[in-house]
Amino acid sequence: MRSDPADYELIAPGTLQAVVALLADEPGKWLPIAGGTDLMVLYAAGKLPARKLVSIWNLAELRGIEVLPDEIRIGAGCTYTELREHDVIAQEFPLLTSAARWTGGIANQNRGTLGGNIVNASPAADSLPALLAYEAELILVSVRGERRVPYVGFHTGYKKMKLAPDELICAICLRRVFSKYLHYSRKVGARNAQAISKVCVAALGRLRGGVGGGGDAIDDVRIALGSVAPVPLRLTEVERMVSGKSVDPELVKLARIAVAAAIQPIDDIRSTARYRAAVAGNLIAEFLEQLRATWKPA
Amino acid sequence: MSHSSGNGAKRELSLTVNGKPETVRVFPMERLLDVLRQELGLTGTKEGCGEGECGSCSVLMDGKLVNSCLIPALQAAGANLTTIEGVAEGPQLSALQAAFLECGGAQCGICTPGMILSASHLLKKKPEPTLDDIREALAGNLCRCTGYMQIFEAVAEAARRKSSV
Repeated sequence: MRSDPADYELIAPGTLQAVVALLADEPGKWLPIAGGTDLMVLYAAGKLPARKLVSIWNLAELRGIEVLPDEIRIGAGCTYTELREHDVIAQEFPLLTSAARWTGGIANQNRGTLGGNIVNASPAADSLPALLAYEAELILVSVRGERRVPYVGFHTGYKKMKLAPDELICAICLRRVFSKYLHYSRKVGARNAQAISKVCVAALGRLRGGVGGGGDAIDDVRIALGSVAPVPLRLTEVERMVSGKSVDPELVKLARIAVAAAIQPIDDIRSTARYRAAVAGNLIAEFLEQLRATWKPA
Repeated sequence: MSHSSGNGAKRELSLTVNGKPETVRVFPMERLLDVLRQELGLTGTKEGCGEGECGSCSVLMDGKLVNSCLIPALQAAGANLTTIEGVAEGPQLSALQAAFLECGGAQCGICTPGMILSASHLLKKKPEPTLDDIREALAGNLCRCTGYMQIFEAVAEAARRKSSV
């Protein structure tokens, strides 16, 4: 049943300081709302338990993408459109560009925010595997000050995260160290656009290159998957298993087995556990083969 | 610190719709879609799914394409909105509207206002779009009548006419 707007309160204090003061004043009572692409859907369906909302849409302190020498800082209120149109992100963090392009249609990309995607904590969120692969850090803000935490481990269970009731995500930081990596991303959904993922992958890899013998061995690799567990997953066991080795059919076969062991896919409205496991294995195999293809013998 | 507690109260919001300043008295969580249709009588904006999937309720807010079913009224305070009623150039149909009619891009009409606003958002960003650009720009707008081909054709035709003037 549809919600009655008379039952809800929504205010827009207009500054980050005023918003965090409100969150501190009545912890857990106010639900921040940015572009509304998730919360307004719940609201329309009569499934939004919070009755008091505070708008953080367009807060200047959460906007903008700051390009520093060592890292970029993406304001949590940046929209997918802003992400996908940003040149430095396209050049150095293309996994994030493709995730932004895959999320919803243009209208939702104009409203959905990266911070919102993190706190909405969908296991199927397309941007989150990219944040895992790039080892993003989050800046959290409250009246107590700022703290910086790694994104890996931030989501602790289905829709659960290490965010205090008085805190907001202020920015997402990515280190600018991935320009020499292969950036691999794939989303498998029911259709190309406006579909929620059955499986999505973000992976980075680099071969040893010209360093003595074994130049085609994997030097460094990061593999993250969405829609295969209650939280977006980084497959560290698979990474360890393939590191230092040359990609050959045997390694690809072992990697498939390790992927299947690391994920916990489920049957749901969008797909089945069996299909998801098969696709996850195929995508990691494709990634490893593309990584091997980057080898250029001297 | 004191905050109003319990239920929301109606408040006055000012916004500009199709160039005209408007003031409405609404609940802050009222959907922009309902404000347009019920408070302002602009029923050209349609409700399809009501959850941001179908694009029937697309409008331009400060020049950006949005689904008006997902915008709480308060977040539209002070905004500049364009709905389908503001697309025609006086008594003249816009190039897009004319092309939709001529190419058979409009059938039952429910998706048409959203399609036209999405297409006009595209043509502002890319006056000479490729077919892929058109498909991507309209990917968030569902049509159950046309099979889309006439719609894509209409957008391409409007782009050609605009670039030839």
